[in-house]
Amino acid sequence: MLLEKLLAGDEDAFRELVGRYHTSLVRVARYHVDSDAAAEDVAQDTWLAVVRGVHRFEGRSSLKTWLFKILVNRARTAGDRDRKQVPIDPTLAGPTVAASRFDAKGAWTDPPTPFTELVEQHLDDAPVAAAVHAAIRDLPEPQQAVVTLRDVQGLSTYEVSALLGLTEGNVRVILHRGRAKVREALEGLVRGGRR
Amino acid sequence: MSVFTKDLVCQQAVELVTDYLEDVLSRRERRAFESHLEACDGCVAFVEQVREVLVVSGTVGPEDLDPATLDGLVALYREHRDDPT
Repeated sequence: MLLEKLLAGDEDAFRELVGRYHTSLVRVARYHVDSDAAAEDVAQDTWLAVVRGVHRFEGRSSLKTWLFKILVNRARTAGDRDRKQVPIDPTLAGPTVAASRFDAKGAWTDPPTPFTELVEQHLDDAPVAAAVHAAIRDLPEPQQAVVTLRDVQGLSTYEVSALLGLTEGNVRVILHRGRAKVREALEGLVRGGRR
Repeated sequence: MSVFTKDLVCQQAVELVTDYLEDVLSRRERRAFESHLEACDGCVAFVEQVREVLVVSGTVGPEDLDPATLDGLVALYREHRDDPT
């Protein structure tokens, strides 16, 4: 177990943990603070708290959830602006798929194709993964934080809502907009690769 | 999400995909969504694309991390692992 290795002072276990979570920690911190540098600081601060506090971790939540809870507490404290005063209007982000893809009745004029076939024909997996992660990195907040927690790290919608102080309904709406943009980016890459 | 669900068109169906995958559609919405999928290859492909995106999104590793950042954090770890507060 990673946790046991960590408790035993295993450096490789720590490396693995950082590799798995650091980028996501920074992205979620960015939701609360104003700059990338401040988000890096909060993430680093979180690792310090983990190193110092891992022996007190009681295992009542997953290590992952514990990590993000520490992060969010620190990010809120460090937050330059009061997020509560920035109302989130998740409906402002436009349609899931551009209206130009549908006819007047709302049926596809240019229907999508599953990515797998095209990916297999034209690309290996590495650029696909890179494109997806770049698209997530380019999402505006709060979509970036929500997609990172829900889809990259696999937290439940409930956990995401608790961590970010959003309703589950809003988490799903924000998630939907974020996923739509990532899908669109991948479709752009795949269609580009086909030409 | 409230959509008039009788005879859903594609443009409405794509707005329901996340709620469908999260299993929070009302029974009526779910029925309308699924009967649309039965008749629409484009929307089946769309749902499949979203599932594919989710699979790729969930793969993340040290290769996505700047090596200098990793080394810095490991140094921090070495410095502090023996001084729990």
